[in-house]
Amino acid sequence: MAEPDGRKNDLVRTRGDRGGTVKLFLSGRIALDSLSLYTEEIRKRLNDLKPKELIVDLTNIEYLDSSGALLLLELEGRAKSQAIAFSFDNMPDEVRSIMELINRQALAAPPVKTEKKPRYILEEIGEASSVLYKDIIRIQVFIGEILDALFHAIRHPRLVRWDDVFFYVKRAGVDGLPILSLLSLLMGLIIAFMSSLQLKQFGANVYVASLVGIAIIRELGPMMTAIIVAGRSGSAFAAEIGTMRVNEEVDALVTMGFDPTQFLAVPKVLAAMIVVPVLTVYADFFGIIGGLLVGITGLDLTIHTYIQQTVKSVTLFDFVSSLVKSVVFAALISGISCQRGLQVRGGAEAVGTATTSAVVSSIFLIIVADSVFAIIFYYVRW
Amino acid sequence: MAVTGQDPIIIVEGLTARFGEDTILEGVNLEVFPGEIFVIIGESGCGKTVLMKHMIGLFTPCEGRVFAKGIDLARASDEERHRIRMEIGVLFQSGALFGSMTLSENIGLPISEYTHLPPETIEQVVKMKLGLVNLAGYEHHMPAELSGGMKKRAALARAMALDPSILFFDEPSSGLDPVTAAGLDFLIKEINRTLGTTMVIVTHELASIMNIAQRVIMLDKNARGIIAEGNPHELKAHSRDPRVIAFFNRQPPKYREGEIHHG
Repeated sequence: MAEPDGRKNDLVRTRGDRGGTVKLFLSGRIALDSLSLYTEEIRKRLNDLKPKELIVDLTNIEYLDSSGALLLLELEGRAKSQAIAFSFDNMPDEVRSIMELINRQALAAPPVKTEKKPRYILEEIGEASSVLYKDIIRIQVFIGEILDALFHAIRHPRLVRWDDVFFYVKRAGVDGLPILSLLSLLMGLIIAFMSSLQLKQFGANVYVASLVGIAIIRELGPMMTAIIVAGRSGSAFAAEIGTMRVNEEVDALVTMGFDPTQFLAVPKVLAAMIVVPVLTVYADFFGIIGGLLVGITGLDLTIHTYIQQTVKSVTLFDFVSSLVKSVVFAALISGISCQRGLQVRGGAEAVGTATTSAVVSSIFLIIVADSVFAIIFYYVRW
Repeated sequence: MAVTGQDPIIIVEGLTARFGEDTILEGVNLEVFPGEIFVIIGESGCGKTVLMKHMIGLFTPCEGRVFAKGIDLARASDEERHRIRMEIGVLFQSGALFGSMTLSENIGLPISEYTHLPPETIEQVVKMKLGLVNLAGYEHHMPAELSGGMKKRAALARAMALDPSILFFDEPSSGLDPVTAAGLDFLIKEINRTLGTTMVIVTHELASIMNIAQRVIMLDKNARGIIAEGNPHELKAHSRDPRVIAFFNRQPPKYREGEIHHG
């Protein structure tokens, strides 16, 4: 522990005349936690006395650790740099051996690698563009690999690790049902409530059912499901594969002759493509239930009227297009998440980055794909 | 050699460690004395690392107590825990350097956390610590840029950052070439000799054990505890326990006496 300030004078004492030979007596415990105290006091004394010769007496040192030894070496170095004759007096053997432990050259050794200089904004933009370009290439390569692996799986279904597929079906599907139900129900409820405020003014209460049905089945059902799957399962896929990468498990797979894409990504992608459409239907159902609750409690509609209006408004095309979208969303989420996981290099930080990137990229791709589908379905409508 | 006449710096009393249904250690008692190099040996899976993690307070005993410098680690107050953390340095098997920080930041972290030293002093202390482990000039390197042996040495520098009075090592020479391992052994002995740091080492590297250990305890999986204790050279020369003989003579299980008959 650091000595109290009142004891400074006992710990560092000097004898000698200003500008002449000064003897510095150090005592007590010179350790990391009391380093500041000694450094400050010694500096003050030497600034006052400006000695020509400095002798440091170590007779009364009770304890010295490597940081304390560093202080003594620095004192010697500073004195010599100021052309002050320097010597130690009464150095105990224990102190000498600790001093010898310290590599003096190491203290002055220049860094093998210099610190990174701050970069200009243009350099940052350039590097970010280069990273983005390489990323796009890597994604394209991975899409090729995953498509190849999926076709291989279709041609040789016996080679697919179905146990893993069903495991991930449960993880991504069944385990996600509670949160998906709640969010979809609330989504339907909110849409119905907000739209009813407007439609009520025109006496068009019954159209709340149409609005909720079309919005949920065409857009919000697949989109909400995909976003929840991206957050729950996409992140988990990326973290799992990323950690395997860090632990050299992926390297082990390669050396054993397995294709990591086939072994790790295909079961996850297949599981997602099976389960996400099912989850979407489930989300659609709960969304409509949410609207129904508002319809019968706040808009004086009967259950029969509400359901009839919903069925009348929603076409089979809407339902099928919603399922097609959800299959594509599933492939995008699971594919990009596995790709981000396989891309991990380094340690724990890289796994975190990959997980974040998996979720962000998945959501971005979901929105982009949804926009593309909006255009396609506008023209290709039966 | 145990430094007799001094109070033990670590006391383990009746320690039982259980994970679910598995009992790894049962009723283990031991004492570590200040300034000694104490080595825990035994075959893989016998509970060496579990015992060490109880001694550093990472695991809480199911039964029994562990005292470090007189403080019961499981019942310590926050202030006591803080104090004991400053007195303990640990070198983990993998090094456990923080991958997102440079070596300088890794080693400087405990110093800036526990002291109020100015950054330039911390920088000098870090340089000195890196010099101690023969990594002078590597302060701006990231752990991922280092070899296995360098990572181990950098982790040792971090473990020694606060000049702790007890240093724990979990398999310090695993994964290192013989020369680097011998260098690490030399460093452990030097630090022990000059700074008087108590060393508790978990290892099954025979060369290291014979080179650095002053006192060893041997754990056994089936006994779930200590089966031998003493100076390694004496144990090797005089022990009659077949498990100890097998360990020191590197006998593979199938060649143990009575288990295989030639010709």
